[in-house]
Amino acid sequence: MAKNTIIPFGPQHPVLPEPIQLRLVLDEERVVSAIPVVGYVHRGLEKLAEQKDFLQDTYLIERICGICSFIHSLTYSMGIENMMGLTPPPRAQYLRVIWSELHRMHSHLLATGLLADAFGFENLFMQLWRTREHIMDAMEATTGARVMLGTCCIGGVRKDVSEELLKSVLKTLVTVEKELDEHMPVLLNDYSVKQRMCGVGVLDKQVAYERGAVGPTARASGIAMDLRTQGYAAYGDLDVEPMVETDGDCYARTKVRVRELYQSLNLVRQAIGKIPDGPINVPFKTKPDGEVISRAEQPRGEVLYYLKGNGTDMLERLRVRTPTFANIPPVLAMLAGCELADVGVIVISIDPCISCTER
Amino acid sequence: MINNVENITVDNLLDKVASKMPLGFRFVTMTCVDCGEHFDILYHFDKNYELSNFRLSLKKGESLPSISGLIFAALVVENEIQDLFGVKVTGLVLDYEGRFLLTETAPERPLCRVPGVMMVEAGKPAEAAEVK
Amino acid sequence: MFTIIGNVFKNLRSKYATRLYPYEVRTPFDGARGKLEIDPDICIYCGICAKRCPANAIAVTRKPDKTWTLDPYRCIVCSYCVEVCPKKCLHMNSKHRSQEQ
Repeated sequence: MAKNTIIPFGPQHPVLPEPIQLRLVLDEERVVSAIPVVGYVHRGLEKLAEQKDFLQDTYLIERICGICSFIHSLTYSMGIENMMGLTPPPRAQYLRVIWSELHRMHSHLLATGLLADAFGFENLFMQLWRTREHIMDAMEATTGARVMLGTCCIGGVRKDVSEELLKSVLKTLVTVEKELDEHMPVLLNDYSVKQRMCGVGVLDKQVAYERGAVGPTARASGIAMDLRTQGYAAYGDLDVEPMVETDGDCYARTKVRVRELYQSLNLVRQAIGKIPDGPINVPFKTKPDGEVISRAEQPRGEVLYYLKGNGTDMLERLRVRTPTFANIPPVLAMLAGCELADVGVIVISIDPCISCTER
Repeated sequence: MINNVENITVDNLLDKVASKMPLGFRFVTMTCVDCGEHFDILYHFDKNYELSNFRLSLKKGESLPSISGLIFAALVVENEIQDLFGVKVTGLVLDYEGRFLLTETAPERPLCRVPGVMMVEAGKPAEAAEVK
Repeated sequence: MFTIIGNVFKNLRSKYATRLYPYEVRTPFDGARGKLEIDPDICIYCGICAKRCPANAIAVTRKPDKTWTLDPYRCIVCSYCVEVCPKKCLHMNSKHRSQEQ
């Protein structure tokens, strides 16, 4: 009779960017099941959001997560605008799309870099993060900050971007594309990388749908689901289609992210080509009243905001369901039956953002 | 306003949820709102980018039957509601008993309004160093 | 098989990717949000910036003296106060607060 041992993976682990503990039940070297223990970075942001008025909440919501921060404030602003019946002007919608896609690019570069670091390929990790610095410079030049952009506001955007700055963003993208063409073949075709990633952490399409997988985790298992095709912000004028792979292992998830990187490059170029002139925000005087649900596509999947207002400055309830929160049950399904050495690669391949999960 | 909301009760909760799954709906999340005398618990389902919701009114003190036997993904949200609002959820597949997000020294039921935790420091401006 | 070899040789031949900080300092971009500064002669001590600050970092008193204080550890450099100030006496400096202060 084999005896089961329980080993804690985390919360401090060299592979994890943020603390989460997984209690792995092991039989010799094979994982039988895993129990997640979260709560290491719970900050109580939903409670804090009820203490501040809805205009100050825009700055609080950005700080839920550092990697997907602009899209959090975009979803919140879209929800409040829906409640108050405002429509931002077209130039603001295009600027929001440009910043969202730049955010998506820097997030995917971060995620693939961390994945390379997870199996020890530090050279590729450094090279990918060096490419990411070009995008952070583009964001600092257009908005004033590298990570917490602070430009999305209710009714539009706060800061306009001049023609020369947009041209300089296009020049940065040419450099980024050249560096991507050099590094991505290494990530996708190298023999040692494929040995670590192909066939590891397989997620079946039916299991992924039932357990509620979202984002690249779901698209790598064959589910074609991408909220950008619904046409919020200015996505209705640009052509977006979900990038789908069918294998469901770590290699497929990485390939989806690489293809989305090239897709985001194209989307930014299209948006800069089509951006109209005009005002950048609409003034308003009303207060939020009623219930609304707004959703958007973050780099990790679908984010859902539930907002309830009662006609005063303070919101009555603000609820956030982030994509990593929904991806935890699929990870437990992926871990059953894998080897102990593959646990790090599997957990990083869903791109966990634990500070989003716990708020 | 949210469209597509159906009101249900505690008794027909499990039947209604079980009827959604064979139709191809995907479970998205649950939301709990404190409305003073009762809790409003909303269940969100999605199919082809269309949301369809259930609303359940739960009196304070009543317990909520869990749907994690039917939908495994719901256990994460139900444990969180148990921690933050103090709602007792029965029949969970994996029960953390109030320690999913909060630790032993954290305030009890922080998001529940009455009785709950009120933040006393809100609105107090800074008193520290002068600007240079 | 070893597709990284070409990249490795290229890196061995090229110069550093990093800057020799602190001997070379990067000039910040225009409009970068570094720290908050006030022009005290124009300020009318209305207190709007203190009410709107999301982090409660500004304190304004009118009696007995007129004072304006900023807690630099609380400030999140969002520049909301710069927008709402009616006399436009607040502005953002693009250099970040350094260790000497």
